[in-house]
Amino acid sequence: MPDILHFEFMRNALAAAILSSIACGIIGSYVVVRRIGSISGGIAHTAFGGIGLGYYLGVNPLLGVIPFSLLAAIGIGLLTRKAKVAEDTAIGAFWATGMAVGVILIGMTPGYAPNLFSYLFGNILTVPSSDLLLILLLDLVIGAVAWLFSNEFLAVSFDEEYARVSGLRTVALDLLMLCLIALTVVIMVRVVGIVLVIALLTIPAAVAKLFSRTLHGMMALAAVLSVLFNVAGLWLSWVFDVASGATVILVAALVFLASGAAAALAGRRGR
Amino acid sequence: MSEPVIVCDRLGVRLGGMQVLDSLSLTVYRGDYLAVLGPNGGGKTTLLRVILGLEKPSEGAVTVFGGPPGRTPGRVGYVPQRLFFDRDFPISVEEVVMMGRLPKRRLMRRYGRADREQAAAAIETVGLSRLRHKRIGTLSGGELQRTLIARALAGEPELLLLDEPTASVDPEMKTTIYDLLDRLKERHTIVLVTHDTGTVGHSVSRVACLNCTLGMQGPASSLGTAALESLYGHPVGVVLHEHPHHGGRAGGGHA
Repeated sequence: MPDILHFEFMRNALAAAILSSIACGIIGSYVVVRRIGSISGGIAHTAFGGIGLGYYLGVNPLLGVIPFSLLAAIGIGLLTRKAKVAEDTAIGAFWATGMAVGVILIGMTPGYAPNLFSYLFGNILTVPSSDLLLILLLDLVIGAVAWLFSNEFLAVSFDEEYARVSGLRTVALDLLMLCLIALTVVIMVRVVGIVLVIALLTIPAAVAKLFSRTLHGMMALAAVLSVLFNVAGLWLSWVFDVASGATVILVAALVFLASGAAAALAGRRGR
Repeated sequence: MSEPVIVCDRLGVRLGGMQVLDSLSLTVYRGDYLAVLGPNGGGKTTLLRVILGLEKPSEGAVTVFGGPPGRTPGRVGYVPQRLFFDRDFPISVEEVVMMGRLPKRRLMRRYGRADREQAAAAIETVGLSRLRHKRIGTLSGGELQRTLIARALAGEPELLLLDEPTASVDPEMKTTIYDLLDRLKERHTIVLVTHDTGTVGHSVSRVACLNCTLGMQGPASSLGTAALESLYGHPVGVVLHEHPHHGGRAGGGHA
């Protein structure tokens, strides 16, 4: 075993990286093919209200994030699909409201808010074993629902109108998918923080899309890439003694840039 | 007289303040092969969307298989005009065609052997067996169109609705697609809409001309150039290839 893994927090960090990458690969692929990255960002930022709620009530902030992110998913989904509110308007309203609620609740909490920074930008080195259990549980829920509805989700993602004509309840399926994104946000908060979640929901899947022939293949490859980004980022942050979440994102961004450039070059040669 | 499949009774549709369809009455019977002709913006796609239950009529009534539109997805196969889709979407021809089985199975069920066999048969019918594992983004316009027809066929529909089936394909492929429809009309009731008067009519049994309301309808043989010109507002060419045994199907509706 490498020296680095002698520490329990390192083993926990590795476990968190792998477990979060599973959700990230599955749900990130839907986010990318459906182009709902901005909704996902809105859900993640609204979840800051939940972190404030957790501090205020003196419970694990992740438990506050769950209802807030689910509320954001259903709220944004219903506003845009039923009330015909423009999508970016709904996202903006939820995003800022959630953060405002969080700031007020944290302000009302007596004393200071320890580790607040780690919920905003992640700190994979401080994931306690109890959170790992929660992450595993959410992974199982996300994986099971995505497997059960894989045909429906594929149909809605590829051709929503045809799915509707086929008798699928597309609005309900949409809301279900947004709820899965909300649960994925909960998982990722510990790893990269709510501000950086959106990068891990999009970049691994976007890179995987370049090399995948099926959606399932894309999900598997995105999960593997996410593990690699996490481990490389973790290792680099250890070596250079910098923030782990931000380092993971920068590693992912560099690979994204390189693969995008490679694809563009290959495309030009192919012409 | 065979059973009516689609009945539109003084149908009117307003979209964003525009009267797109106005007092349109039309009956499609089982076994019909109806071509709805009309200029772009004449409401052809809207008519299909109403029949599919995607758009609600503002006036009048529509029934499909005796009930409100959209209630019998398993009996209707839809071929949209041009799939607005991401050419990089990681999905194969086979997976797209499998979606045609969605109305035939219950929620959360995996596809079974019957589903795979029907999809394979549909792919065979449109002549794409060789390309079934190809990624959808690598297909030509004609191959994509045939994939969408296969997707509709995989659901074993009684009624096929096609929106501009030849809009994005080259002239040679147009013939292939009409030949395909010619074979399909034996087993399906077909309604296709097109603005392309030059190619329709290989074997359609009836023609209806649509520009907001139905200008005229009747057997394919009665389609005159003059009537079409008044509909389009400019000279048009008409090519008709009517098969005699379908000539007798007149007066299907009441325009």
